[in-house]
Amino acid sequence: MDVVMLSRLQFAAATMFHFLFVPLTLGLSVLVAYMETRYVQTGDETYLRMTKFWGKLFLINFALGVVTGITLEFQFGTNWSRYAVYMGDIFGALLAIEATVAFFLESTFIGIWIFGWNKLSKKAHATVMWLVAGAGNVSAVWILLANGWMQHPVGFTIRNGRAELTDFLAVVTNKFGLLEIAHMIPSAFTLAAFFVMGISAWHLLKKQHVDLFTRSFNIGLVVGLVSSLIVAITGDMHAVHVTQTQPAKLAAMESHWETQPRAPIVMFAVPDEKNERNKIEIGRLPGALSFLGHHDFNAVVTGLKDIPRDERPPVLPTFVSFRVMVALGTLFPLLTIIGWFLRKRLVESRWYLWAMLFSIPLPYLAIELGWVLAEVGRQPWIVYGLLKTADAASPIAASQVMTSLVGFILVYGLLGLVGFYLITNIAKKGPKPATENA
Amino acid sequence: MVLQSAWFFLWGLLWAIFFMTDGFDFGIGTLYPFLGKSERDKNMMIHSMGPLWDGNEVWLITAGGVTFAAFPLFYAIMFSSLYSALMLILFALILRGVSFEFRNKVESPAWKKVWDACIFVGSFLPALLFGVAFANIFEGVPIDQDGIFQGNLFTLLNPYGLLGGVLFVCLFLLHGALWLTVRADGDLAQRTESLSGKLWPVLTGVVVVFLVASYIFTPLYNNYLANPVLFLVPAIAVAAIVGIKYFLMQKAFFKAWLASSATIVSCIFFGVIGLYPNLFPSSIDAKYSLTAFNASSSPLTLKIMIIVVLLFVPVVLAYQIWAYKLFSGKVTDDDLAHEEMY
Ligand code: HDD
Ligand code: HEM
Ligand code: HEM
Repeated sequence: MDVVMLSRLQFAAATMFHFLFVPLTLGLSVLVAYMETRYVQTGDETYLRMTKFWGKLFLINFALGVVTGITLEFQFGTNWSRYAVYMGDIFGALLAIEATVAFFLESTFIGIWIFGWNKLSKKAHATVMWLVAGAGNVSAVWILLANGWMQHPVGFTIRNGRAELTDFLAVVTNKFGLLEIAHMIPSAFTLAAFFVMGISAWHLLKKQHVDLFTRSFNIGLVVGLVSSLIVAITGDMHAVHVTQTQPAKLAAMESHWETQPRAPIVMFAVPDEKNERNKIEIGRLPGALSFLGHHDFNAVVTGLKDIPRDERPPVLPTFVSFRVMVALGTLFPLLTIIGWFLRKRLVESRWYLWAMLFSIPLPYLAIELGWVLAEVGRQPWIVYGLLKTADAASPIAASQVMTSLVGFILVYGLLGLVGFYLITNIAKKGPKPATENA
Repeated sequence: MVLQSAWFFLWGLLWAIFFMTDGFDFGIGTLYPFLGKSERDKNMMIHSMGPLWDGNEVWLITAGGVTFAAFPLFYAIMFSSLYSALMLILFALILRGVSFEFRNKVESPAWKKVWDACIFVGSFLPALLFGVAFANIFEGVPIDQDGIFQGNLFTLLNPYGLLGGVLFVCLFLLHGALWLTVRADGDLAQRTESLSGKLWPVLTGVVVVFLVASYIFTPLYNNYLANPVLFLVPAIAVAAIVGIKYFLMQKAFFKAWLASSATIVSCIFFGVIGLYPNLFPSSIDAKYSLTAFNASSSPLTLKIMIIVVLLFVPVVLAYQIWAYKLFSGKVTDDDLAHEEMY
């Protein structure tokens, strides 16, 4: 394998692993801050036990997010050096801003939160958690603006053989990035809400700590309901914008070959990239794709055949990941709406609790697939329309990348196992009994 | 010109702050298997840096990010040239970071042993390799006209490079021992105090050797000879080292730690000033060197970034100093008992 392919595998492994932890951090930090605030307001010990229980799970997840993030920042230099030279003017600035504005706040205050229980007033301690939660979400904003710029570059000019910044405002108000923010942050909240609901369901099924986990479940339920609806709405807005800015990605998302008005959506298909057609097609909805992309049943949608072969993304992963994500995106609001009607008699609704327990992995799947769609669907470009991935890798020996890739797989594999073991263990053990903490 | 030069020194400053802050964590982590005799010692050592290490590490992320934003060509060529060394550092930092979090989560001696080992490796290896990397930058790296590195990991492990590694390890060991003396109590504090006394002459010796070796192996002194006022900076380094000893004898351990911080910053600045305006000098031909002028990003980006940095870094420093104040007293048993989270 060549350096480009190895670097792609390594980057994909590293970001996707990082992103197993990031969304839970974004959402759970806010939930924990809310629980602690309720404790400060009411003085009710149950909220304190809740804060500590979910806080402990949060911290393990947070640690894994932090350590896996650091490798990412340096990989633009180690593995994508030609990309870094070409884009550093804009992309580097966004990363550096993220670190100065958000990471410092987050990492400094998380230390204070963990070690400051007996050093700060209750109110100050809860405020610290809000700072952590806010900083995490601010960091997501900057990194998504960076990614949004790769998806749809704006505010630059090509000078001296590289992209130079001309309009910072355009970069930070890039609609592509803003839509990513509007879609990604609620999807992180959805994930965190399902995490909280799923673990609470397990304890409710065993009828232990019923009060604490009923309250936890209900917090998760409200957050999950609202955010999963927002995810679906902004996801649709996102798709419209992709149609306008990245026609090749849209065509691949839908495995759509012919440019035509009243373009259909096919519910199920097997793309055949070699012969530029779908082998099997089931469930054609005429005009639906035109409506999805342009909100007009008669609009013309570009097909893959009108995009040069060497500018087409891989169709199958793009197509499948979009299908599954949307299916899950429809399922989540349904599950939470059902929960809304059952919320007064949760403990008796055992089938629902089981369903929520087994739903924990689903938002993870949806989120990872969303990124596969966004990143694989952008191929062969690393920066859409400007620089191809193949021209972006570092001029280094493939053996070096091979070695580090093996290192990543080993280290991350072990970390993943240990993290999973600790999180499930602590989740199952549950909070401390009521008397101990009083 | 002015902007690029300002960025050059800001770049140096960010790295210096990183070594000054995370340096004592690396030192404590390296001393950990040797000083941590009992479970209480170990917990005390982890606790002494526990609230601070993560915030300290962000100086690395920021230094890296600012290198990317201000000098993209340098960022690209440096990190792809130092690929293997950097990957080793990153893996080591991963292990260190999770060890603090994981170690006390399972009550099993074997489990704890694994993470104890990771704390050591994850602290010692970065200390050594950062030193090796910076020394190599000071002496010049074999990059050709296309910025392609003509060497491998072992090219970096030359005598001067290794000396840089030893220097960093010694700086951080003393820095860590002093911090522990400030925060630990009882027997552990006594042992770290006497260890600091023993480390001091070693560090002094290594610093002298390094200053002499820099004259032989690197062009760092050219800037100083052209501009003798600059000799003030190595003079401050020497004064700071003497200061460590002075405050140690006075048993003013926090002041000794501050003097050690000054030592680290002035040692880095000794190199950075000698380097100017080179960022990544080529040992093949000076023509191929990356400088603050040929590797920087556009004036607009430099301007925006300087505003961001001047606005936010003081704020960061303010709340980090607050955090240090909050966690600079002796670690008490009450603190250790309150550790249900860690
Ligand atoms: C809980 C997770 C989740 C769920 C249920 C959905 N998404 Fe999503 N989606 C993501 C999580 C996600 C993501 C991982 O967060 C992505 C990757 C890039 C981004 O900004 O968000 C994403 C990307 C993404 C993109 C590609 C954007 C790009 O190319 O950058 C589109 C078009 C949609 N989504 C559309 C939808 C629609 C129509 C949904 C139906 C309800 C939906 N998503 C549900
Ligand atoms: C955390 C969520 C993200 C995930 C899961 C993710 C996933 C991926 C995947 C799967 C690829 C490989 C695509 C391929 O090789 O076909 C990739 C490539 C890449 N992504 Fe992302 N990505 C994420 C966010 C980002 C962000 C925020 C940035 C920019 C800051 C980014 C920059 C890149 C780069 C530089 C590549 C390498 C070139 C390429 O292969 O396309 N990614 N990512
Ligand atoms: C959509 C994509 C991403 C989001 C929303 C995101 C968000 C976050 C958040 C919230 C954290 C804090 C720790 C945690 O979450 O567990 C974090 C850590 C980190 N991320 Fe990501 N990240 C993304 C992708 C990336 C990429 C592509 C990079 C590389 C440039 C990166 C670099 C880092 C670094 C360096 C850290 C460690 C910060 C620390 O020590 O506090 N992240 N990220």
